[in-house]
Amino acid sequence: MKPALVVYLKECRESLRDKRVLLNALLLGPLLGPLLFVVLLRFALGHELDQAERPLPVVVIGAEYAPNLVSALRQQGLQPLAAVPDVETQVREQHVRLALRISAQFADDWRAGRPAQVEIIYDSSRRDGSQFDRLRSMLENYSLRTGAMRLIARGLLPSVGNGLLIATRDQATPQARGALLFAMLPYFLILTTFLGGMWLAIDSTAGERERQSLEPLLINPVPRGQVLLGKMLAAASFSLTSLTLGLLAFAVAARLLPVQRMEMSLSLGPRVMATILLLMLPLLLLIVIAQMLVSAFAKSYREAQTYVSLLQLVPLIPSIALSVLPLSPQLWMYSLPLIGQQLAMLRLLRGDSVSVLPLAACTLATLVATGAVFLIAQRVYQSERLAVNA
Amino acid sequence: MIQIERLHKRFGAKTAVEDVSFSALDGQITGLLGPNGAGKTTTLRMLYTLLQPERGRILVDGIDAAREPLEVRRRLAVLPDARGLYKRLTARENITYFGQLHGLAPSLLRQRTDQLVHALSMQDIADRRVEGFSQGERVKTAIARALVHDPRNIVLDEPGNGLDVMAMRGLRDFLRQLKGEGRCVLFSTHIMQEVAALCDRIVIIAGGRVVADGTPAELRDLAAEQSLEEAFVKLIGAAAAGALA
Repeated sequence: MKPALVVYLKECRESLRDKRVLLNALLLGPLLGPLLFVVLLRFALGHELDQAERPLPVVVIGAEYAPNLVSALRQQGLQPLAAVPDVETQVREQHVRLALRISAQFADDWRAGRPAQVEIIYDSSRRDGSQFDRLRSMLENYSLRTGAMRLIARGLLPSVGNGLLIATRDQATPQARGALLFAMLPYFLILTTFLGGMWLAIDSTAGERERQSLEPLLINPVPRGQVLLGKMLAAASFSLTSLTLGLLAFAVAARLLPVQRMEMSLSLGPRVMATILLLMLPLLLLIVIAQMLVSAFAKSYREAQTYVSLLQLVPLIPSIALSVLPLSPQLWMYSLPLIGQQLAMLRLLRGDSVSVLPLAACTLATLVATGAVFLIAQRVYQSERLAVNA
Repeated sequence: MIQIERLHKRFGAKTAVEDVSFSALDGQITGLLGPNGAGKTTTLRMLYTLLQPERGRILVDGIDAAREPLEVRRRLAVLPDARGLYKRLTARENITYFGQLHGLAPSLLRQRTDQLVHALSMQDIADRRVEGFSQGERVKTAIARALVHDPRNIVLDEPGNGLDVMAMRGLRDFLRQLKGEGRCVLFSTHIMQEVAALCDRIVIIAGGRVVADGTPAELRDLAAEQSLEEAFVKLIGAAAAGALA
């Protein structure tokens, strides 16, 4: 039996007897992401849907000057609230969300065919901009309608008043809209990969050193690269298990979401899952060996835990960059480990296919990076300092 | 057989081992005696190729440790200063792990493990998890683990540390048995009584140098003292005075 295989089997056996590893790698890691995801999304989606259907409460000042306007707005879902004194202050102090002031001259201007003034009083620093937009579009609708009627009354075609005819045609497919929603999913999956292998990566390196079993182990007539390889593969196995469970959990979670109501769908079928697993395999090795390298510099288990937790934030950077910057994926981006996988996963989840070339570039580049980090780790594990630090 | 020739080792500015030479012969127990910090552990770590000496040569059964470290490790059983076991594995699993790393065939490995379990009277703990073992039980397991590949040369760093009287006595009998089988046994200690009771040859190290090397009788003569302990104190005292001068 190859020494790496001996080390691999021993690490797996030992870890399977460790409740803490099992709990973190096989339960918390895979489940925490999907659970958090479902709760957050249900909340966000529910909120969004309700807002569009619910009546819009607005404080209306001077409703008596324009009863026709108010009743037209009421038909569009506006719910007029009684006027309050000093409405500007009330809005600033967030007692009132949105107010509409109709000027006393409204009726005179209206009758004279002059633009009649209405004011929207709102606070743009409040998070909920959609209410303001709704009120504004209600008023614009009313304005256009009455404008058109006035032109007809004067014998003119209403379209004379329109310089432009604007139509918006959203090209997002239902899946694509779903993917926008699920833009964070790749990060959750990468995080699951991190958490799955983390405990073993730390325990079999910094932990082994702290428990003083590293020196006896390294006295065996086995090249250190073999020891490292065995440990890496053991941690990678746990990471892979964690990722598989995480994907399954997400597939179940996707069913619990009200995606149908949003006319969205998310492809997380067996084919997509298998492709994601295959795609993540080299990245998983890279993550695990990076965790082991970082742990090698730590004097204790706890110190290693701190370093590895910081390492965990690294994949967050491309995630945020990809969701904020409107980048269209280029081939060279696929050849960056972490970014390539996230881009490819995003496409796969949208129901798009990813062609062979980007997938190959992504896999190859990640494998090269893994090899490089492995060589560095091997050098570190050759050093005298590492073995005898008691 | 272990031959150590003119070994030097520095850590930064501090010289840990300076010009250390001695031999440990087959069929003998050799004691490496010295106060704490004398350079015993560093010397042994160079012997089992965990550290690289700056100068000097190490031969195990005539094989150069610098050229063929893996072959030298195959010929050594080592109980290092750090003797961490895997607490979630049983004693037998701990022993088996190292046997597999040495590449022993499964049937031979089982046979060797049974022999060692018997020789160290570990029958009642062999299949228990190491977690919760007493110090004596841990040392036994660590020794069995080190000897699983049946090497000719046995190196033990402070094997008596933390052992009670009965466990120490058991260990002594076991080392004598190894010697009786014609093996080369080398162990380090800072405790006088351990060497006096056991050794055919004593190498005294102080301040990183060998200050005396001989049979217990020769050392007593050298220091012109009746007891070995007095001889020891006198010899390392002379070295300390020499270092000060």
